[in-house]
Formats: sequence, C-alpha cells, structure tokens
Amino acid sequence: MKYKDINLGLVLPILIIVLLGAWPIISQKDINRETIFTIILFMGLASSLNIFLGYTGYVSFGHVVYFGLGGYVGFYFMSAQGQSIWIAMLTGGLASGLLAFLLGKAILRLRGGYFALATIGVNEAVRAFINNFDLFGGPIGMTLNFKVYKAYGGAAKSLWMAYYLLIATVLLVIVVSYLVRTSKFGLGLLAIREDEDAAEVMGVRAPDAKTWAYVLSAIFPGILGALFFFKNGAIEPVPAFRLSMSIEMIVMVMLGGQGTVLGPLLGAAGYQWMRGFLLTNSFFKNIQLAVAGGLLLVIVLFVPGGVIGWLRKQIPGLRRVLQ
Amino acid sequence: MILKVEGVNKRFGGLQALSNITFDLPEGEILGLIGPNGAGKTTLFNVINGVYPPNEGRVVFLGKDTTGAKTYDMARMGLARTHQIVKPLNDLPVLENAMVGACYGRENHSIRDAKKIAMDTLEFLGIIDLAGKLAGTLNVAQKKRLEMARALASHPILLLLDEVLAGLNHKEIADMVETVRKIRDRGITIIMIEHVMHAVMNVSDRMIVLDFGQQIAEGTPTEIQNNERVIEAYLGDPKLAERLMRTGT
Repeated sequence: MKYKDINLGLVLPILIIVLLGAWPIISQKDINRETIFTIILFMGLASSLNIFLGYTGYVSFGHVVYFGLGGYVGFYFMSAQGQSIWIAMLTGGLASGLLAFLLGKAILRLRGGYFALATIGVNEAVRAFINNFDLFGGPIGMTLNFKVYKAYGGAAKSLWMAYYLLIATVLLVIVVSYLVRTSKFGLGLLAIREDEDAAEVMGVRAPDAKTWAYVLSAIFPGILGALFFFKNGAIEPVPAFRLSMSIEMIVMVMLGGQGTVLGPLLGAAGYQWMRGFLLTNSFFKNIQLAVAGGLLLVIVLFVPGGVIGWLRKQIPGLRRVLQ
Repeated sequence: MILKVEGVNKRFGGLQALSNITFDLPEGEILGLIGPNGAGKTTLFNVINGVYPPNEGRVVFLGKDTTGAKTYDMARMGLARTHQIVKPLNDLPVLENAMVGACYGRENHSIRDAKKIAMDTLEFLGIIDLAGKLAGTLNVAQKKRLEMARALASHPILLLLDEVLAGLNHKEIADMVETVRKIRDRGITIIMIEHVMHAVMNVSDRMIVLDFGQQIAEGTPTEIQNNERVIEAYLGDPKLAERLMRTGT
C-alpha cells in the first residue's frame, strides 16, 4: 500500500479509539476506565449496527438482541462450563452470528418498515424465551463465581483485561467496517441502500448480501455482550435485552452519520455526553429517552446524513477524507 | 440466437398485459420495440430480465431456459438494462454507480478493475467529467447516460434500452443514436423501446410492434412504416401518422 493510499477514513477512527482508550491507562483511575468503557462499548455497538443499517439502509430495531444473546451464551460457558473469556467471546459472537443468519434467511425478504417491525418482535421473543429457559437461569439470570476472575489475576486485573479486550474488539469492528465500506461487497450493499431493485438488475444478489451484512453486524455485539457481562459479573433478561438500548444505538448511528466509518463513533460519543448531562439534570433525568426519540426525529427530518453528512455537504472536499 | 421468446403471456389480475409474444433475436441485431403507451413494452422487458415470471411461455437466453430466473442471475449471465424511469443510486458518485455494473455484471470484476472499466465506460459515453458527482445531482439527460453507463460497464451480451431518448432534445437524441450504433459495433445485441419514431426507425435492423399486449407487426423499419395496421393502432389516423413521420417527431 502506497503512502497516499493510507486513508484518513481509517486512520482517524482508529486514532480516536486509541487516544480515548489510552486516557484511563495513563491516569490509572478506575472511574475513568468505567466511563470510557461505556463510551467505547457504544462506539463498538453503533459501528456494528452501522455495517447493516448504514450500508444497506435497513433498520434493525431489535439489534440489542445480539448483545444480550452473545452475553448470555458467553456467560453460560464461563459460569456453567468453567470456560475462559476467550471461549465466551467466541461462542457469544458465533451464537449471535448464527441467529442473525437464520433470521436473515427468514425475514430479510421483508423490505423497509416491515423488516424493522419484525426485528422488534425477535428481540421480545428471545427475551421471553430466555426468561423461561432454566439452563440460563430463567428470570433470575446467572452470576459469575468470583473464582472465575482468579484465572486472570483477581477481579481488579480482570476488569482491566476486559477493558483492553474491549478496545481490541472495537478496533477490529472499525477495521471490518472500513474494509466492508471500501470493498466490492460494500459497494453492493450501498447499491441496495440506494435502490434495491436497481442493484439486483445490475447483478447484486441482494438477499445474500443483506444476510451477510446482517450476520457481520450481529457477531460483534455478541462478542461485546460476552465481554460486558463478564465485567458485570451477573446477567439478567431485562438489562440484556433492553429495547431502549437498540433505539439508542440507532440514534448514535444516525447522529454521527450513517454509512460512514467515523460517524457512529462521533454519534456514540455525542450521545453519551448528552445522556450524561440529561441524567444528572433534575428536569430531564426521567425523560432522557424521550429526548433521544425527539433527537432521532430531528435528525431524520433535517440532517439525515448526521454530523458527517452535514460536514460533507458544507465542505465537499471532506468527502474523500471522511469515509 | 441470443434470445428466444416463446409464447409469453403475462396477466396482472384481469389485465392481459402480454399475449402470446414470440420472437427470436440473432446476435448483433438492434431490435426496435414500439407501441402506444400501455402496450406492454416495459412488461416484456421485465419478463425477459426476470423482474417477474410470465404466466405462460418461455424465455431462452444464450440457449438456456431462463424463464422466471432472478434479475441478478440474468445480469450475471450477460443481460443488462436501463430503466424508463431512471433509478440512479443517488448518494453514490457516478463512477461508483458504473462500478456496481462492472463488479456484479457478467465479468464479475474486482473493485480495482471495475474502477478502470467504469472510467472507460464513462469516457465512451462522454460523461467522464461527471465521474465524481453524486448521481442524485444529475439532470435527466445525464441520468439517462448514467443508466447506460451502468449497463455497459457490465460488458453485457444483450442490452435492453427502455426509452433512453425520452426527454432529450434534438442534439442529445442524435448523440444517443450514434452511441447506440457504437454499442452495437462493439458486438452487443440490443433491444430498444422507443417513442421517438424517426430515431428508432433509423437505428433498428428490425422492429416489433405491440398494441394492448398483442404483437401486431414485425419487420424492417420500412415495412413497419407502411403497415396500415401499425399506423392505425399507433395513432388512430394514418394521415396524421404520415405527417408526423415526415416532420420527424
């Protein structure tokens, strides 16, 4: 790869994650780590969702199902089978990818709004199933025995390890997102987003392409779910499959700029900052989700391209830089 | 034969959109498909390229029965088309629009090769200076060229052109007719639906006339021009038709 080919579209997002991720490591403060963990986690989730939502234009309202399912499957392997975090991340990602594949085959024939509705149903169905699934602890969920952390040098070290793994995973998400965006596969997805019929007439096998994009965008939330609940130490159906989290992920992608690599990162950071502000405000703290909904409405109506889309419009030269 | 259409019928509810359409298309020919609005021309294209299957009859492309095949499978076999109502990929640059054709069409190119082919195609069609513009910002004439570019970039064997001349001015029509000839000279077989009579008469080797889903005539442009039934179906009044032919509109 020649020097001029090294694209800012990839370098910039990586730099953001690395710099943001380095802050708690340099300051060595647990509180900073917890804050940054949440932000980078959402950057990873939003970027994953973007691979599907941003590139194909299909809205997956229930994307949190992959976070929850990956968390549950990974957690099960750690708590009941005594497996390592590596196995948990692997199985969590695979389980989510597999569910997405099966669902993709079944419901990706639906177009537009019908597909979005079906994804909500899927999240609720999986939550209801797990609520009644004794192997996964039913409504009570599961907790990790403290001994599990010993393998990684105790609880404190485990939390740091989870943090490093998170950064590595999210960097991987960004690289994959960039590779998809600039590949032939990605070009097919973008064609589907712009006009699915036209894409098919040009030879894009839309059903397959959509399914693989969906699988790809589900695997990473599965891995992140396993990682998050490992750090959390406990898992229950309600926090694992919180529908509002799905909607927040969509807001983040839309806010930053759907269909770009950098956008979801900016959106996740911006939204987390806003949420922090709202939750500590006595007036807004109970209606912060309503604000998120209102924000989504405003974005869709007035700045459908999000921050990146808006910037590109103002300064056309940025199109080459901001992928 | 590049294409054989055998006894194709297509119904939408109670409407018989196509009845018993049969024709062969030899390699290298430009076949003009004409008929009044609602005659079933675009429906015939849709049946040929797999947008929907016929109720009866067969479509044989390159010796293979492709009746009811998917549009993307047809595209990969070497069938490309343009749309009467243009379908630009609005938020992608013109170059990337054409690259989709090269990437996913018959030759299945890598993104790097596709870029080169797309550039060549834009050059050929005279829209190379639009390469970086978003497709959504083009005017109608440019969008028609873009449709052609996407289709051509796939290096098709058979090209279906659906009213590429509609909405163009005289100069643009003359350019486009010249382009269609050049495409044929590259060895691509063409079926074109057209309302701009003098142009399609001029460029076609053979013509088929549809009216209310019926194939009412087939022959050389001269034969079609003098076919009473065609003129009557087409314009209701043969004298008016004659006058229009002469003024070339």
